[in-house]
Amino acid sequence: MPPLDLILNVAVGGVLTGLVYGLMALGLSVIFGVIRVVNFAHGEMMAAAMFLAFGGFTLLGLDPLLMLVPIAALLFAAGYALQAGLINSFINRPEHSQFILLVGVAIVLVNVLLMLFGPDAHGVQTSYSFDSFELGPLIVDATKAYAALAALLAAAVLFAFFRFTLLGQAIRACADNYTGALVIGLNVSRLYALTFGIGTACVGAAGAVLILITDVTPALGPVYTLQAFIIVIIGGLGSMPGALLGGVLIGLTEALAGLFFTPSAKSMFAVAALVIVLLLRPQGIMGKRLR
Amino acid sequence: MSIPGSNLSARGAVLLAALAAALLAAPLLANDYLLTVLILILYFAYVGQAWNVMMGFAGQLSLGHALYVGLGGYVAAVLFVRFGIGPWLGMLAAIPVAVLVGAIMGFLAFRFRVGGVYFAILTIAFAEFTRVGFDHFSYVGGSGGLFLPVSQYSRNDLVNLRGNPTMFYYVMLAFTVAALLLCRTLLRSRVGYFWQAIREDEDAARALGIDTFRYKMIAVMISSGLTAPAGVFVAFYYNNLFPEQVFNIARSIEIILAPIIGGIGTLFGPILGAFLLTGLSEAMHEVLSAFGLDVPGAKQVFYGICVLFVVVMLPDGVWPWLARRLGVTERRS
Repeated sequence: MPPLDLILNVAVGGVLTGLVYGLMALGLSVIFGVIRVVNFAHGEMMAAAMFLAFGGFTLLGLDPLLMLVPIAALLFAAGYALQAGLINSFINRPEHSQFILLVGVAIVLVNVLLMLFGPDAHGVQTSYSFDSFELGPLIVDATKAYAALAALLAAAVLFAFFRFTLLGQAIRACADNYTGALVIGLNVSRLYALTFGIGTACVGAAGAVLILITDVTPALGPVYTLQAFIIVIIGGLGSMPGALLGGVLIGLTEALAGLFFTPSAKSMFAVAALVIVLLLRPQGIMGKRLR
Repeated sequence: MSIPGSNLSARGAVLLAALAAALLAAPLLANDYLLTVLILILYFAYVGQAWNVMMGFAGQLSLGHALYVGLGGYVAAVLFVRFGIGPWLGMLAAIPVAVLVGAIMGFLAFRFRVGGVYFAILTIAFAEFTRVGFDHFSYVGGSGGLFLPVSQYSRNDLVNLRGNPTMFYYVMLAFTVAALLLCRTLLRSRVGYFWQAIREDEDAARALGIDTFRYKMIAVMISSGLTAPAGVFVAFYYNNLFPEQVFNIARSIEIILAPIIGGIGTLFGPILGAFLLTGLSEAMHEVLSAFGLDVPGAKQVFYGICVLFVVVMLPDGVWPWLARRLGVTERRS
């Protein structure tokens, strides 16, 4: 049994990283909640955002935290274009057809990254990479704290957007009642494109800050896709607070599993948690009952 | 005119006979490289056919079929390496193991009414769980992999599946034909019609008195059991197994691309899809290296674009479209 203060420190690190995962998963949840399309290229987009942050840092010397907004904007544009140009025509196709479409996108994306950056892991080292805050017995990594804070801020902006703006409310209307939204004259395909863009913008923001915490390789794409699935299903597919909660739970589980067992086995615990949730509470912790 | 008991037109029968002859004669004409490509094609045609039973016939989307390939491979390889038990007996052990795991997953999913996207993600989760589990399962070599003894074989030993590519080619061809015939029988059986009813509308099927739980279970079990021999083949053909490789999500996706591109729920779709995709992938490789552009990833980028193109242009897959063009009818059943 490791000492208690070590466990606490690892747990705090896990929660902070988990918030960033949560922001990534939030994007998946928003897309599924509104468009009912599962973005199987989610993790690949995450890897792309991390590479963008890495590129900006090495070429231009920009801090990843400063690049959060531009990278999110870039991924918003890409997501908007993808939905408007490709996915909108697949809305009424069967699930496996949508799946293959997004797998195609994922294959292209991950291999473009491979061509540009090669298979090796890349990370960034900022001036505050080794800083930490001492809070009593806790030693909190500065990078993790900043990344988590940025993730929380981005999530708060998103919550406010959906709650208080007219556009956000219109998108929620599409999610609640597709036909009703059409009847009252909403331009649903444009709102869908916006939604997909918002979802990928979350990924952009999450990727920009996650590069502070871990290295990126093109091969991470499918890993993050699976992780985002696990998080949103545990939290409740379509529930925004659920995605953040799921992210924190998975971050915590993985950190503690890495401490108590072996880091290479940590994803097993996340997957096991997914299976248990799917069987016992398929709508997730915060999801609405679907069936 | 049509052949009795078949939905192939006379023209289709002639084309099928020509294809069969070409495949039987291929090792005489093909060089070693082409032969390995053909083996790969047949492998994908076989596993695609097995996957199609679950998705194409019964409408249950599995994104984790690498699980059954891996289990089949590991069971037979462990029996061979540790106990000297040959691959055919090993296959008899591998199939029940895969069926059992498929049954457990199916039971949990269908009992707890996990459906649609959730079911698909559950299948990924099972495969991932097994992958990480095998990574830490030292009896079978863990993440370091499991290796079968390799040496030069002067003659083909069909009993122990040791030999040259020509032997593996004919073994895989026999498997593919057998799977095709089995699936054809299944599709026209009572079970097959129940599956199709479930695929089209599960609630309606239940209302008609079909025990949907039972028939979905049968689909999962047949599909997983049918997939396991492909794993045995992989183990003995490549002589090595790594959890990271065989259970990878990427392998599961490779498996399902061929039947989806070829035409889901059709009998020739998986076979055609395997030819198209593997052929495309290899041709891409040749063309790119001829121009000196063979950077890692370039081939897959074009591959992905071609997949996107087919999905956008031919929603039902290539085979239904091609069948109409060729005047060979196979209804999408």
